[in-house]
This record gives sequence, C-alpha cells and structure tokens, in this order.
Amino acid sequence: MATTRIDCDIHPAVGGTRTTLLPYLDDHWKEQVVSRAIDGLDLTSYPPHMPLSGRADWWPAKGKPGSDLAMLQRGAFDQLGASHAICNVLYGAQAVYDPYMAAAFCKAINDWIAAEWLASDSRLRASIVVPMQAPDLAIEEIERRAGDHRFVSVLVLAQGETLLGRRHYWPVYQAAERHKLPIAIHAGSQYRTAPSSIGWPSYRYEYYLAEAQAFQAQVLSLIYEGVFGKFPGLTVVLMESGVSWLPAFMWRANKTWRGVRVEVPWVDREPAAIMRDHIRFTTQPFDSPPDAAGVADIIDMIGSDKMFLFSSDYPHWQFDGDDAIPPHLPASLVSRMCADNPLETFPRLSLAA
Amino acid sequence: MTRHIVARTNDIPPGGNKVVSVDGRDIVVFHANGEFFALLNRCPHAGAPLDKAACVARLTSPEPGVYQRSRVGELLRCAWHGWEFDMRNGQSWFDPKRVKVRTYPVVIEDGETLAKGPYVAETFPVHIEDSYVIIET
Amino acid sequence: MSDVIDRPMLEQEATAKGRFRIIDCDIHPSLHARSDLNPFLAKRWQDHLKTYGDHLRTPYIGTTPYPRSSPLIARRDAWPPTGGPPGSDLAFMRQQHLDPFDVECGMLQVLDMFIFSQQNLEFGAAIQRAVNEWQLAHWTSREPRLKAAILVGQDDTPAAVAEIKRCAKIGQYVQINVSPRANEPLGRRRYWPIYALAEELDLPLGIHVGGYGGHAPTGGGWPSYYAEEHQSNAHSMAATLASLVIEGVPERFPRLKIVFIEGGFGWISSTMWRMDQHFERFRDEVPHLKRRPSEYVREHFWFTTQPIDEPDEARHLRSLIEWVGVDRLLFSSDYPHWDFDDPRFAFRTPLTEVERAKIFNGNARALYKL
Repeated sequence: MATTRIDCDIHPAVGGTRTTLLPYLDDHWKEQVVSRAIDGLDLTSYPPHMPLSGRADWWPAKGKPGSDLAMLQRGAFDQLGASHAICNVLYGAQAVYDPYMAAAFCKAINDWIAAEWLASDSRLRASIVVPMQAPDLAIEEIERRAGDHRFVSVLVLAQGETLLGRRHYWPVYQAAERHKLPIAIHAGSQYRTAPSSIGWPSYRYEYYLAEAQAFQAQVLSLIYEGVFGKFPGLTVVLMESGVSWLPAFMWRANKTWRGVRVEVPWVDREPAAIMRDHIRFTTQPFDSPPDAAGVADIIDMIGSDKMFLFSSDYPHWQFDGDDAIPPHLPASLVSRMCADNPLETFPRLSLAA
Repeated sequence: MTRHIVARTNDIPPGGNKVVSVDGRDIVVFHANGEFFALLNRCPHAGAPLDKAACVARLTSPEPGVYQRSRVGELLRCAWHGWEFDMRNGQSWFDPKRVKVRTYPVVIEDGETLAKGPYVAETFPVHIEDSYVIIET
Repeated sequence: MSDVIDRPMLEQEATAKGRFRIIDCDIHPSLHARSDLNPFLAKRWQDHLKTYGDHLRTPYIGTTPYPRSSPLIARRDAWPPTGGPPGSDLAFMRQQHLDPFDVECGMLQVLDMFIFSQQNLEFGAAIQRAVNEWQLAHWTSREPRLKAAILVGQDDTPAAVAEIKRCAKIGQYVQINVSPRANEPLGRRRYWPIYALAEELDLPLGIHVGGYGGHAPTGGGWPSYYAEEHQSNAHSMAATLASLVIEGVPERFPRLKIVFIEGGFGWISSTMWRMDQHFERFRDEVPHLKRRPSEYVREHFWFTTQPIDEPDEARHLRSLIEWVGVDRLLFSSDYPHWDFDDPRFAFRTPLTEVERAKIFNGNARALYKL
C-alpha cells in the first residue's frame, strides 16, 4: 500500500443545476429548476474559467476543471501522490437566498458526491455541504449524513451572512461536535455584504487577497463568542486560507485579549492557545516567505506542528509541477501533515484500502 | 525589613489610592474592601502608573453571557493597555506566574502602638488617636 | 514573555540605547468641545453642528458603535488636570509626552468630527476646512514641534481636491489624510484626483485606521465585540494595501508616497507574500501592473509602528522588522490612546544604532522633508 498522504482539499465540480444536480432533486425542485431555468450557481468567488480555478493541465476536454472523475483521479492520486482525498464542493448552493432551495440544492450536492464520486472510488471522502443561512436545515442535513462515514467534515464558506461565531449557529456546532465532524471553512463568499471591510473589490485578484482577512475575522469570531468553550470537542479547519499570516495574527489577538478580556470573560486563555488546540490549516496556498529561513521562522512562530494539513487544492492553480508540498517545509512536518494530522483532525476518516 | 509609615488610614478613602515615595520608588497604596494593598506604581508591561488604573471586580465566566463578579474593586486594569492585576498579590491575570507587579506587605498600626517605636518616621508625625499604613520593604 | 518586563524601571531606562530625539508619526489632538470649531465655521454650520450634528453610517449619535476599552479610547492617566478630554490641552501634552520623550516632531492626526465619514457632504466640507484651520490656530502655530495634516473627506472627491489646494497654498501641512474605510476601497478610480494632486504637490498621502464607510468591519459580517473590531483595523489596512497596489495607484502615480498610520506592521510581510504568490495566477486580470506587488510596497509605502506586535520571543519581532524592512518603518506612539507605544519599551528586540535612528527619526525626516 502506498504511503498515506491525505489530500484534505480537492474540488469536484458541479457542471450545472439542470444537469449534474437534476437527478438528485425532488419533483418540485426539478420542475422549478427546469421551468424557471435556475442554474449558473458558480460562485462569483470562482469564475470557472479564470486561471486560478483550473490549472491548464487539469482542464478536461469538455466541462469544467474538476468535473471529470477519471482526470481528477489521475491528478490528485497518480500525479500528486495522494492516497486519499477530501472533496469540497464549492458550487453556490450555500449562497442561495431561499432557505428551502438552499437546503434542497445542498442535499442534492451531497447525494451526487456520494453516488457518483464516493461510490466510485474508495479513496475519496467529502465534506457535507450545508445551508448555514438556515441553521436548523443545516442540522437536518448533517443528521442525514451522520451515519455515512465517508462524510468527514461540514463545509461552510468563509464569508456568509454573519460571522460564524454568532450564537444562532451554535446548534450546528453542537451537531457537528457530536458526530465528530470538524467545520471546514473554505474560501468563498456569499457576497451578501462587501467581501472586505473596505468595500467591494474591483478585481478577483484583490478579492482573493481579502479572503485571508475574512478567515482571520472568522477565527476571532469563533474564539471570542466562546464557541470552543461551549464545544470543546470542535475542530475548525481553514481551507485555502493562506497560512503565513497566522503568527502576526496570533500575536495581535493575544495583545488585544490581554487588555480587553473583560469584554469576553468566558475566553479563559490566550487566543493563540485556543487556535493551537482548535484551528487547523490546509497547506495550499501557504503564501510562503521566499526563502527557507523565512519558512522556518513562520513554522517556529506558529508553534504547533499539529496545525498543518496536506492539501493540493486540485484543480485550483496554486503551484506548478507535481509537488503540492509548499517549499522548505521540514521533513518531520511534512510527514505529520500528510498523515497524522489529517487522521487526528478528521476522526471519521477510515482507511479501508 | 524596614518599616515605613506612609499615610494615615484616613488619607486614603475606600476605593481610592495614594502614591508614596519609599527608598526612591513610587509605591501606590490602595484601600479596597476594608484592606490596604501596596504595589510598585509601575506596570511591568511598559511602566504605566498603576495609581491611574481602573479598580474593578474580579471577573470570571463559565460560559458566554454569564458574568461572575467577586472581590469587587480589588482588580486593577492598567491605565494604558488594560492588563489586569490582582491588588492582593500583584499577579497578572493572563500569566500569573511570570508577569506580576511587585507588592509590599502592609500593616495597619494605631498611633499609640507606633509611638512606642521602632519606625522610620519619614515625614509623618504620629498621633496616638489615628491609625497608620505601614509598608515593609 | 521576555525577561525585559521584570527588570526594574531604572535599569530599563539606562539600557535603552541613547536618548535621541524622536519623530512621533501619530499624535491625536482633541477638541475641548465641538464649539471650539465655531470661529472657523459659518453660522449655518455652527447651528447645524448643534442640531443635526454628525450623520454617519453608524447607529449612535453619542458614541462609537463598539464601546471602547476605556473612556474616549484613551490612557486613563492622559486626562488633563485642568479639564477637557485627553489630547485637548497642549500644555499637558507637552508635559506628559512631548518633553519627556524629547519629541522633535509630532504628526497630528485629528480623529474628532469624523471628517472622512460624514454623509452630509456640505457639512463635511465645512468641518474639514474648520478642522484644518483649527490645527494651525490651536496647535502648530503654538507648538512648532507639531505638524498638521490636510484632512479631507475622500468620498466627496471634488470638495477634497478643493480643500487640498486651499491648504497647500498656506503651506503649513505635511501630508494629506484620507480614511481606509471609505465608501469604496481607496484604490478605486474615483479617488485618483486626490492622489494626482498629492503627487503633484509632493505631499505624502496619510491613511489612518478608522472611519465609517458603511461596510462591516470584516468581510464576514459584523462582529459582536470590540475585541474583534479593534483587530479588524489591521485587516482593513491589509485590504487597503491590496486595493491601492492592485488598482495600480503606485504604478499610475510613481512619485506618490503613502503612509499607513496606526495599522502596525506585523501583517505586512504575509500580505506581500500572498500578493506575490498569486500575482502569476491573476496576472492577466491586471496587465496594468508592470512590477511585482511587493516592489510597489517597498518603494511607495511607509508604515507607522504602533501598535507594535508582542511575540513571546524577541527574535520573532526582529524577523517581522527585517521582513518589512527597516526603511519602511516610522515610529509612532498613538498618544493619548490606550494602546499607546512607549518609545522606550515598545521595541523589545535589539536594534542597531543605525536602525534605531532610521525608525525613530531618519525615515520620517526624509519622508516628510522635515
């Protein structure tokens, strides 16, 4: 058996609502989708044809990057060397305004992933796509999948309607904790409000940079709202967030907390300590310093080798060539992040050959 | 140990403080909940004067939205960056073992006892009808 | 936690290298009362100030949306004994800050009156002029160490341009200030007339954290707590840096100098790495950028140092400084705010004398042409 290397973030692509998802909708939604031509839910965050969305050599002859199972298998497993991979579907069901449509489309995505991907390749796992805009419906979807251990996490977008720490989301975290499902926060926006605190960006490049700050705000929200105190078994994975911003972010959080603790007295230890226990990162993109000394510094500053999870972000274009490991990572860290850390972070992973 | 008389107890109202100079150091004496506490008047973070700190309750919480208060007025929030220190033992909230303010033992003596000596008079005339704050360095 | 903090004060003062004159790039003077502006306002606006007052994209008249950690965001020992809010009394500012730290120059940053965020644009234009005049009348004419900035509400760009021209003729202002939390990201074309004028006048563009442009303090929505909102200032600065670079402001205005004030500097290096890492992926979206983003940052941007980061290990602070580059850093205290940096203790990592001279004096001297 090949070395265990768990790719924690790959992206099978939904071709369309009227095509890919139609078989998995009930009669009401089938009729709505067909008669009203409801389709085109690719997120503004990820135009399917922009270079980042699909590396040139990962484009199938027809369809979007990530839509072809065989090609994805060749890429993620053969070429990039994964032994297992977690599928995170970014099609915009999570962003639909109508909560019932959102729930129906999320369910369809999960049914489709299970039937056409997980059933076809035992190396594949998936995150449960949920409609966070209706937390009770999100819980229903979690409960629906809880018995299927091929679903290993719950997927939410980095920018939704409100910050993720807010109390109306807590029942979702309770369900996730109970079923040992980490919350996977993935880059992507519902575009409800400006995706950045300074307003609406002009360029996708600019938007993509702002995503890093959105992740930071979500981490602070989860910590300061007390989510990890209430749900001590909960883990949160930041996917496609960038990693090198973490040290300065940790220090600023600690600095602020020391002075403003009285506002949030249920946060009983430093934010950085809570992050080391509860927050994990996929490693693509890393946003690396340009040299080995800088990378070593960043790893040292982060202060925990448990936080890193191998990912390729296939088919997004984050690197060239066959090596998805960011440059200059120490070998000991690489082996942890490929196997031990994913197994610890996603307890439902089981590695039947 | 040298005993220094630094104030009459009446000089420091409840909830108040007084800064005194002892051996070239500024020491702040707080009066809280019937007791007196003496600390070096300098925050170990960046030197802020602790006599300007906010005196607040010791605040803990078992879960979001629940605020447990105790020892009201005995915690200091530093005047600059808001670090919390326990008046009683000088310990910071966030790292009680490694970050603390120097504290000094305080004794309250009445004038009659003091009149018998020994003490360092500083600038204090001692009247037997008053009681006095004594700091030991 | 480094052992520096446990050493007694006297030893720290003795070992802090060289008492040299510092240039403090962020000092906040305050109005004693809003009526202090009346001499600089037409009657109509004096009345408006008393009646309708501010109209901001925030819920409250009398307070910031997120209650602060201390009254008026200030150090508790900075209230002048003669009365008035922290920062309102020049004599006390001299006594508490300018003299003991031997401040050679202090850059004024007026936050009162929310000049950058007033919805009533005529009112905004009136008060920005009043505040710009007040700075000279009450502060810089009385205290030559203090330097005024031309503050302009960027969202009424024509009025901003007119005010900049007016102030530039007077010639006593060292920079032009706008807010990073404007109605749109600062890189957007609607603001370019301000940058063109700043470049033409050879005045740095100062961008101080804060403002109420109407967007949530984070891209994910509204935080519940000041603890979150306070840290979101750094996020806004990172997003503003991206906007300015990516929209091509330094490319289009190659002589423009931009100063980020009160954002700190810990976030800068990872932002530059991220910008550079993804530049190739998005290059075809931004063909107007002729150089790598980090090159623009290193040539056109300066950053005041407060609030300084406080890693547990001194050498980590050293790394942050080296990654950004000593030449980019301008010491600032943020007097009289609560998270003020004391110039004696803020840098808990050894600096060479040359580095210290640059950060505390030389970089600002050259940038502001003092």
